[in-house]
Amino acid sequence: MSVLALEIGWGWMLAFKALVILMIVPLGALVLGYTFLLKMMSHMQSRLGPMDPGGFHGWFQLVGDGLKFLQKEDIIPEDADRRVFAFAPVVVVISTFLMFVVIPVGPVAVVANLDVGVFYALAVSSLSVIGVLMAGWSSANKFALMGALRAAGQLIAYELPLLLAVVGVVMQAGTMSLQGIVSAQQNGSIFGWSGIGNPFIFTQIIGFLLFMIAAQAELSQTPFDMPVAESELVAGYMVEYSGFRFLFFFIGEFGTATAFAALAATLFLGGWSLPGVHGLSAELLGPLVLFVKLMGVAFLMFWVRFTYPRLREDQLQAIAWKFLIPIALANIIITAIIKVAF
Amino acid sequence: MVAQNVAFWIIAIAMVLSAIGVVRTSNVVHAALYLVIVLAGAAAQYILLAAEFVAWVQVLIYIGAVVILFLFGIMLTRSPMGDLDLDNSQRMPAFVACLALVGTLTALLVDAFGNSKVVIDAPTKTSVLSSDIFRLYIVPFEAVSILLLAALVGAIVLARRD
Repeated sequence: MSVLALEIGWGWMLAFKALVILMIVPLGALVLGYTFLLKMMSHMQSRLGPMDPGGFHGWFQLVGDGLKFLQKEDIIPEDADRRVFAFAPVVVVISTFLMFVVIPVGPVAVVANLDVGVFYALAVSSLSVIGVLMAGWSSANKFALMGALRAAGQLIAYELPLLLAVVGVVMQAGTMSLQGIVSAQQNGSIFGWSGIGNPFIFTQIIGFLLFMIAAQAELSQTPFDMPVAESELVAGYMVEYSGFRFLFFFIGEFGTATAFAALAATLFLGGWSLPGVHGLSAELLGPLVLFVKLMGVAFLMFWVRFTYPRLREDQLQAIAWKFLIPIALANIIITAIIKVAF
Repeated sequence: MVAQNVAFWIIAIAMVLSAIGVVRTSNVVHAALYLVIVLAGAAAQYILLAAEFVAWVQVLIYIGAVVILFLFGIMLTRSPMGDLDLDNSQRMPAFVACLALVGTLTALLVDAFGNSKVVIDAPTKTSVLSSDIFRLYIVPFEAVSILLLAALVGAIVLARRD
């Protein structure tokens, strides 16, 4: 494998890739948590607290939060199932780490360019539900169990529209590999004009909207935050967690948000590619381009999160089964007809 | 090939130990969690056989949906904590039945595939797999679809109260 004309042995390459994956999840969680949760929400909702510590725009708030989590006592409830309780946050975070394996940031800069890329990412993202159920059950707490049950019901319901929304993109690109989808967008053309390639957001706008709604539900973000609804269930499955185990859930939540934003940017906005940029410059610019697109998508996600009130449980299920899935199926049929006709 | 064999045995031993855990534990939720390890091991074996798509279908369907429905059902109905006395007096018949099943399956598999070698040089392309399903095996595929539809209708009929 050669990157930037450097020859690197596969062992070092593997270690390097593992290190990048291990760093990118906490880093992504940090960036999203800082930019959107602390700064954007504070501006939108006139919250003064997070804008104060440290002087300029409250830059010290996140450092303070991190230190607070680390020095807190690690409490395990007496009736809890200790091993399951301790392992549950790890399962959630592992699922997040695995998602980043297939997301490409340049022509060769990807940990593994799997033939089943998108499918793999969505399959491993569903593993986090097991961690959530483990956490809710092992806490020996009614609120935690209710939260876990809500989370499981919600994630099963929204996995279908999420997968079906992606099918349209896969059909148009003719491949499930994320690199293949990126190059299909980079080298595509809109009615013969290839100035900006063919980002699938234009042709698959329905798929994009479905993907964003379903991803919002998968991430349990408002308006789909019933599993952690703090005014009804305290904090759902996380209620008994404290200290660094709670921090794990927090990193899992924002890390997965980063992963879904990167996935949406790759599927619908052309990923790392920039029109007319190829070769070495694409390799160098790639991570930056993907980051900008990712932040744009994440901005939409958090804008919705800080704006809308929570849905009711039955409304949530009705939206998934009676509204999103039929539209997703119709989108697939229309894409198939157009694909065959042209 | 040596690396594959080593990996196979590590995964296989983990799977067998977890499978024993599934039937040995006296807590239903623990049994379901052991089952996750067994199913993940099966997915890992598929990857060793270069069947990428099948492996991730295994993860999405079995771990991501079936086990979650198990856990959902267990937690919705009883959600047991701690050790429960779920044993009954049928250990010996169960042991004999399991032994008979293992014997039959082993004999069948050895008889059917005993001498055949699987040649693996590259991961199976998903496009090859899908064209096989939709060209060669379209009739079994459609038959399974109708079976699943019938099961779906049956479930709705059973669940409706009017």
